[in-house]
Amino acid sequence: MKRVFYLLPLALFLVVAGYFAVQLLSGKDPNAIPSALLDRPAPEFALPALYEGAAGFSSADLKGGGPVVVNIFASWCVPCRAEHPILMRMAQDEGITLHGIAYKDKRDAAQGFIDELGNPYTRIGFDGDGRAAIDWGVYGVPETYVIDGQGMIRYKRVGPLSARHLRDDVLPLLEALRR
Amino acid sequence: MIAELGHFALALAAAVALIQSVVPMIGAARQDGAMMAVAAPAALVQFGVLGLSFAALVYAYVTSDFSVVNVIQNSHSLKPLLYKVSGTWGNHEGSLLLWVTVLALFGALVAAFGRNLPPSLKARTLSVQALITLGFLAFMLLTSNPFERAFPSPIEGTDLNPLLQDPGLAFHPPMLYVGYVGLSIVFSFAVAALIEGKVDAAWARWVRPWTLLAWVFLTAGIALGSWWAYYELGWGGFWYWDPVENASFMPWLAATALLHSAIVVEKRDTLKSWTILLAIVAFGFSLIGTFLVRSGVLTSVHAFASDPDRGIFILLLLVVAIGGSLALYAWRAPQLKGGGLFRPISREGALVLNNLLLSAAAATVFIGTLYPLFLEVLTGEKISVGPPYFNMTFTPIMGVLVIALGIGAMMPWKRGDLSGVVRRLTAASVFTAVMLGVAAILYWERSALAVLGMGAAAWLAAATVAQLWLRARPSARISVADGFRRMVDLPRAAWGMTVAHFGVAVLIFGVAGASMLTQETIAAGKPGDSFIVGDYTFALTKVERVPGPNYMAERGTFLVTDAESGAEIATLAGERRRYVAGGEETTEAGIQSDLGGDLYAVLGQPTDDGEWTLRLYRKPFVPWLWIGSCLLVLGGLLSLTDRRLRVGAPTRSGASDPRAPAQSAQPAE
Repeated sequence: MKRVFYLLPLALFLVVAGYFAVQLLSGKDPNAIPSALLDRPAPEFALPALYEGAAGFSSADLKGGGPVVVNIFASWCVPCRAEHPILMRMAQDEGITLHGIAYKDKRDAAQGFIDELGNPYTRIGFDGDGRAAIDWGVYGVPETYVIDGQGMIRYKRVGPLSARHLRDDVLPLLEALRR
Repeated sequence: MIAELGHFALALAAAVALIQSVVPMIGAARQDGAMMAVAAPAALVQFGVLGLSFAALVYAYVTSDFSVVNVIQNSHSLKPLLYKVSGTWGNHEGSLLLWVTVLALFGALVAAFGRNLPPSLKARTLSVQALITLGFLAFMLLTSNPFERAFPSPIEGTDLNPLLQDPGLAFHPPMLYVGYVGLSIVFSFAVAALIEGKVDAAWARWVRPWTLLAWVFLTAGIALGSWWAYYELGWGGFWYWDPVENASFMPWLAATALLHSAIVVEKRDTLKSWTILLAIVAFGFSLIGTFLVRSGVLTSVHAFASDPDRGIFILLLLVVAIGGSLALYAWRAPQLKGGGLFRPISREGALVLNNLLLSAAAATVFIGTLYPLFLEVLTGEKISVGPPYFNMTFTPIMGVLVIALGIGAMMPWKRGDLSGVVRRLTAASVFTAVMLGVAAILYWERSALAVLGMGAAAWLAAATVAQLWLRARPSARISVADGFRRMVDLPRAAWGMTVAHFGVAVLIFGVAGASMLTQETIAAGKPGDSFIVGDYTFALTKVERVPGPNYMAERGTFLVTDAESGAEIATLAGERRRYVAGGEETTEAGIQSDLGGDLYAVLGQPTDDGEWTLRLYRKPFVPWLWIGSCLLVLGGLLSLTDRRLRVGAPTRSGASDPRAPAQSAQPAE
C-alpha cells in the first residue's frame, strides 16, 4: 500500500508528459487565433480606391469570380513591409488575385508605400478611418484572408505572411477552392 | 576556424561526458577506487572543454563573424559591445550552450570542492551530472548547432531584438541559468543518494550549500527579469504571470521548500524521502520550463523561435531524466528509514507546514500555467489563464505562509509550546496592530487588500526581528548590552535566515503597494497639456527627436508637480526608440524613484491628430520590491558563508581530515 504512495509522483509526471506529447505531435500552432468570421460570408463594404480614378473595392468584387486573397496593410506597419515581397510573389509568380485594403493610413503615405515596393493588388480600397476594417474584425495589421468564389472567408492569418504559410496553408487551400 | 574549434570542443565534451557518466558509475557499484577517481578529473576537463566552446561563440559574436548563421541572425555590427556579448545567449542555440556550460561548471565545482565527500557518493553524483550533460550535448549536436556556417556570408547581421538590448536583460538570463541549472547538481546528489540507498544528516549538509547557491542565483535572476519588465515594457507591471515567468518561479518555490526541508534532514534525520522528492521536482520544474520555452506548446511573449522537432527531443530528455529518477524514487525511497520523531507543534512541524504551503503554491502556479494546454488537448477549446486566477489562489496561500512563518521560526525543535511562543510574540503583535491601524487610515478607501498585505509585512518583519533578539537574549537575566553582543556573534546562518525573512516582509510590502495602490492616467496629449495622477500633476513640456547609437528616439519631457501646492517634484524623460536595423520600437519609461514609490511616465504612439498616447502612473513602494529581493539574495549569501555550511566541510563518520579543519567543530550526526 505504501508503495503506491511512492509511485504517485511518477504517475502524475507521466500524465503531464502525455499531454505535452499529444500537444506537440498534433502540430497545432498555439499562436493561431481562431477567427469568429471563419466560414462565414465576408462583411459588406464599399471603399473608394486608393488611387484617384481607379476602380474602388467593395464586397461585390468578392463574389462570382474565383477565390481571391484580401490583404489588409498600412504604410506605418513594419511587418507589412516585411511580408510585401511574399505578396509580390503571389501576384506575379503564382497568378493569385490579390486585393488590398489600406488601413488607418494617409492617402499619400499609402500610395508612397505601394510606389516604393510595387503593387501586387488588383484593387486597393482606401479605409482611412478603419471603419470597414472593424467589420472584418481586424485587430492588427497585416492580416490576410482567403475568400472563396461565394464570398465566404475560408482562411485568416493575423501577422505577416511567411513563405511557410504560403506553401502550407494558402496555396493548398486556393488549389482546393479552384477545383 | 575558431567556430570549427568550438564545434569540435562540443563533440569532445560529449565524449568526455560519456566516459564521466559510465566509468565512475560502474566503479561505484564495484567499489573500484581507480574507476571512481575518473569522475573528478573528467568533470574538470568537461568544464574546460565546454568553456572553450562557449568562448569560441562569444568570440564569433564580438568579432561579428557573419559567416556563422547564429551570429547573422542575432547580431549586428553596429550593436554596442555589451549587447554583442549578451547576444551570445539571447537565442536558442547560444542559450543551450550556456546551459551545458553551467551544467559542467557545477560538476567541476563539486569535483574541486567536494574533496572529502565519500568517494562513491561523489562518483555517482558526477556520473549523473554527466548523463544530463550528455543528453543536452546530443540535443545540441543533433538539432541546434550554434556554430553552423553560412555560405555565402552576408556583410551585415539582422540584429538582436532591441527589447533585449538592455543591461537588466543582458545579465538576467545568465543569472537565471546558473540558478536553474544549479539545481541539476542537487538533483544529481539526490539520484546518487537513491542509488546508494543512504540519506543521512551528512548528505543533507552536503546538499544544502548547493541548493542555497542555486537559489541565490535563481532569486537574483527572477528579480532582474522583473525589474527589466517594469522599466522596459512600459506598462508599469513587475510580474505578469506569463507562462515563462511561471516556469522560472516554480523551480524557485520548490527550491525554497527544499532549502527548508533539508534543514530537517540535517538536524533531525527525518523527512528524507520528501527531501529527495523535492530535489527531483525542483530540477524537474527547471527542465519543464526549458521545454515550455523552446517547444512552442504554449503561447508566451518570451518563447524562443520554436520548433516541434526540438520540442520532441527535450520531451524525451525530460521523460528520461525526470521519469527515470521518479521511477528510481518509487523503487528506492520506501527503504529510506526515517529518524527522529516530533510533535506537530515544533520547529519540524512548522517546516513541514512551510513545505506543504510552498508545494501547494507551486501546484497552483503549475495548474494555472498548464491548464490552457490541458484543456486544448482535451476539448480543442482555447482559453488563457490570467492574473485573476493567480491572485485568487496564490495570494491566500502566501498569506497563511507569512503568518505561520512568524510563529514557526520561534518554535524549538522536537516539541514546542504554542502559548509560550505566542507570549514571546506580544511585542510583534502590538507592532502589527499599530501598523495595520495606520495602513487602514491611509489606504482602506483605496484597497482593503493592500492594508492586509501591509499588515502581513509588518507582522513578518516584527516577528523576524523578535526571533533574532530573543535568540540572542533568551532571558531577562542577560543584560541588553550583552544581548547585542551575543546577537552580533550569532552564526552567519542565523543572520542569513533573519535577513532573508525580513526581505520577504519588505517584498510583500512592495507588492501590496505596487500592485494594489497604483494610480494611473492613460490619455492622449500634446506638449503643454497636463494630467492629474493621484496627488500629482504631470505636464508634458516638450517632445523632441534624439539620435541614439543604433536607434532614433522620440523623447517626451514631463514636469511633475504637487497637485495641490504646485511645488516642483521631478522631471521625467520617457522615450520611444525605433531601431535602425530592424525597425522595431521599444519604450523607455521615465522613472523617478524614492522609498515612497515611483513616478512613471511613458510616451506612447503618436495619434492622427498630432498628439501622443501617454501612460502616467504613481506607483507607491515599488523600490521595496527591489530592496526586498536584494535582502533575499544577501540572506542566502550570508547563510552560504556560514562556517558549518562551507562546501564539503562535514564528514560522514567524524573521521577527521586535516584539510578541512571546520568539520571537527560540528559533529555531523
